[in-house]
Amino acid sequence: MKNIKLLLFAIVVLSASAFGVDKESSMLKDGYKVGDIATDFSLKNVDGQLVSLADFKDAKGFIVIFTCNTCPVSVRNEDRILALDKKYKSLGYPVIAINPNNPAVQPGDSYALMKVRAKEKRFTFPYLFDDGQKIFPQYGATATPHTYILKKEKDGLRVKYIGGIDDSSRNAANVKTKYVEDAVDALLANKEIKVTSTRAIGCSIKV
Amino acid sequence: MPDCILLCMRYFKLVKVFIVVCFVFVISSCKNETQTAKKSKENDVIEIYNFKELKPLLNRTDDNRIHVVNFWATWCAPCVKELPYFEELHTSNEDVEVVLVSLDFPDKFESQLIPFVKKRNLSPQVILLDDPNENEWIAEIDPSWQGALPATLIYSKDKRAFYAQSFTREDLLKEIEKFTKI
Repeated sequence: MKNIKLLLFAIVVLSASAFGVDKESSMLKDGYKVGDIATDFSLKNVDGQLVSLADFKDAKGFIVIFTCNTCPVSVRNEDRILALDKKYKSLGYPVIAINPNNPAVQPGDSYALMKVRAKEKRFTFPYLFDDGQKIFPQYGATATPHTYILKKEKDGLRVKYIGGIDDSSRNAANVKTKYVEDAVDALLANKEIKVTSTRAIGCSIKV
Repeated sequence: MPDCILLCMRYFKLVKVFIVVCFVFVISSCKNETQTAKKSKENDVIEIYNFKELKPLLNRTDDNRIHVVNFWATWCAPCVKELPYFEELHTSNEDVEVVLVSLDFPDKFESQLIPFVKKRNLSPQVILLDDPNENEWIAEIDPSWQGALPATLIYSKDKRAFYAQSFTREDLLKEIEKFTKI
């Protein structure tokens, strides 16, 4: 019995160290798949307050968008993000924006400059700072912008959609399919989401 | 009274000088404009492809070279940082052919991409990929790619690898080495 325990311990230590070696790539590859339960968090908003998803008692779910100040694709999507919040906050799916970038690598994404950007663009949604970059790897976000739609269920916040806001991140004029809108509309109508994960051009997250 | 006239005249002189300065400025800025127009004409070599047109370049089997396709944009800092390594690879190794696929904003083709390529004097072929169905073509380029820049495809006749990451010079050369050994 003791030997088995020792063996188990050795396996745990070995696999942990193996993951340690490949930390960066495992950080990027892991993360949620559609159907998983997502973690809540407590992150600082641009108004100085800590925000958790549990704070939103009346919400049916959330449109969580990893985005930032500096990525030109994010900037090109700001109006689309504002429109999503305007349309869906009152329907129970508010936008929660999270900046996942490390300001030591990307100084333009500092907490101080997040405040400036939120004010300039009059963000109507929380714009949270993933201080220490602990939340984005859990979600598995790889880019800005990167969207996760969560639905409140009995056992937690279920991931319902992962991917792009629409099918033309670089050019709003060319958008044919609005993936996030389609997904939230389906959730609100208790229908199945047709497209649950998509890919979109964006900036790599700065670690 | 004469004082006032003198003052008026002096003022008029100043205005005259101002007008001349303005005129010179306008002429010189016109000149600049024609120059940039000329530049962009010279840079007709940057072609704009949709994904269907790009696809053959991701699957070449007509030679024994190592093909390196780098997905980048002028607005992507880590992309710009690694560009010199791809430039060097292309010019120093005749067994390697680099293609730079830009994902710049199509409406910034003239104002950003062309001047950038010209200024850097980039030698690999540069293509602007302008195709709205990004959800489809990102997966077709590689199923593991979510669309974050930079990303690089390296392939030869019998080996293929995709890298959703940025490279240091050493790491890039190391990967190329793996293709050379076979």
